[in-house]
Amino acid sequence: MSSPFSPPSGSEPDRRFVLALGAGMAASIMVRPVRAEPEDMTRAILAFTGGAAPTPGKVALDIAPLVENGNAVGVEVRVDHPMRADDHVTEIALFTEKNPQADVAVFHLSPRAGRAHVVTRMRLATSQHVTALARLSDGSFWTDTREVIVTIAACTED
Amino acid sequence: MATASVLIQRGHHRKGDIVTLKAIIAHPMETGYRRTEQGAVIARNIIRRFTCHYDGVEVFACDLFPAIAANPLIAFTTVATRTGPVTFTWTGDNGFHHAETATLTVMD
Amino acid sequence: MRRLLLLLLLVLPVRAEDIPPGQRLSGFETMGAEAQAMQRDDFANPAMLSVREGEALWSAAPAEGGPSCQSCHGGPATMRGVAARYPAFETRQGAAVDLAGRIRLCQQDRQGVAPAARESGALLALEALVALQSRGLPLAPPGDARLDAALARGRALYTTRFGQLDLACIHCHDRNRGKSLGGTIIPQGHPTGYPLFRMEWQATGSLHRRLRNCMAGVRAEPFPPGAPEMIDLELYLKHRAAGMMMDAPAVRP
Repeated sequence: MSSPFSPPSGSEPDRRFVLALGAGMAASIMVRPVRAEPEDMTRAILAFTGGAAPTPGKVALDIAPLVENGNAVGVEVRVDHPMRADDHVTEIALFTEKNPQADVAVFHLSPRAGRAHVVTRMRLATSQHVTALARLSDGSFWTDTREVIVTIAACTED
Repeated sequence: MATASVLIQRGHHRKGDIVTLKAIIAHPMETGYRRTEQGAVIARNIIRRFTCHYDGVEVFACDLFPAIAANPLIAFTTVATRTGPVTFTWTGDNGFHHAETATLTVMD
Repeated sequence: MRRLLLLLLLVLPVRAEDIPPGQRLSGFETMGAEAQAMQRDDFANPAMLSVREGEALWSAAPAEGGPSCQSCHGGPATMRGVAARYPAFETRQGAAVDLAGRIRLCQQDRQGVAPAARESGALLALEALVALQSRGLPLAPPGDARLDAALARGRALYTTRFGQLDLACIHCHDRNRGKSLGGTIIPQGHPTGYPLFRMEWQATGSLHRRLRNCMAGVRAEPFPPGAPEMIDLELYLKHRAAGMMMDAPAVRP
């Protein structure tokens, strides 16, 4: 397998080529981590739902609209739905729009939970939308989205 | 040996009551997206799964991704059935495994 | 004449003037509501995990056979008020020592073990445990005349310009306290909550680590943790914050 930078076979790498190779490598190291595009979150959500479009409602995503530091952002999800053996929330999933990866967490619930209510702390790389999804035992999907402004992103200082 | 804390909601629980459970564990949750000053990627090292067992069944489980903050805190609920141990387990990268147990007391 | 006066102002040394007690605000008071809630909840406060680790270390006898902290000191509660009066003068060393340094001396001299490294999880855990015992108490740096020289050096350091940005602590934390800098409010720099969980570190760390961040921020070569300069500066900062309530182990953004 030849790399895009490998010279045509039979020729000696000349000085200009070696310099270009070095610059190319340096450029690739300096490139920032890839941010998830809004399509990535949509894709991740559809992967979770198996292609079905979720319905807004039932889910209440509680997250501060203005966050001082993106390293530890409290997030709380409640789903307004019973937790009976024949009718309950089976999963709650969280997604972000602009983190390097759209997935945040998937919570697996059963009627033994009594209530569909989960709390955790997450990282936010930049100001963006956060989406919570709920899967019900009848196969339907429900959703809520919040926009969060992050003052200082989840980057760390030594 | 990881440091972890679990909290079962205080108070007198009767059978059928919904009880809040909380768990926190010391763990860097290294995302795998950070680089050293020399440009080398710092390898991902996260907790990937958290579970809670009570009265014979897994009553709660959670899949975690790098977007979960360091020292992950998770709170959830369970229905009190009978007095017994509640076991919390964490598993993750590099063979990470930790368990904590606490007793949920249910009044007769 | 006016130009001469202006010129004089530029070259005159910067003087440290303590913030009047009524105007002192801790980092807790200047941070956001969510961070404050995280600190107040002992379960959610990540620095308390360090305390739990400290509790285990406190009662464990070292493998080499010396006494545990517990066997000499009793329970951690006997450390009430201790963190509030450090740095203190250590007679045998003949110098000021900070709390972490005091713990390291104990490990070496009383327990007969190699002292835990500065900024190591184990040392921070013990420091956090001891500092917790002073939570709610006012900072009370000892009025020990033997510390006067160190205090004077610390005060001088606070007004010394450092680094490529050529700034002294006083320029930000006194002259521009409460103003915005890159999206954050400039704190007054009172060390009431150390060791603390700093969100930027995603970990618990000491005051010296925070001071190193500041020095790196002005593009200066930071003093190593535990350096005499760090202890002198810490001593001055504690005097500058005397009477303020300790809130260790804290959370900060």
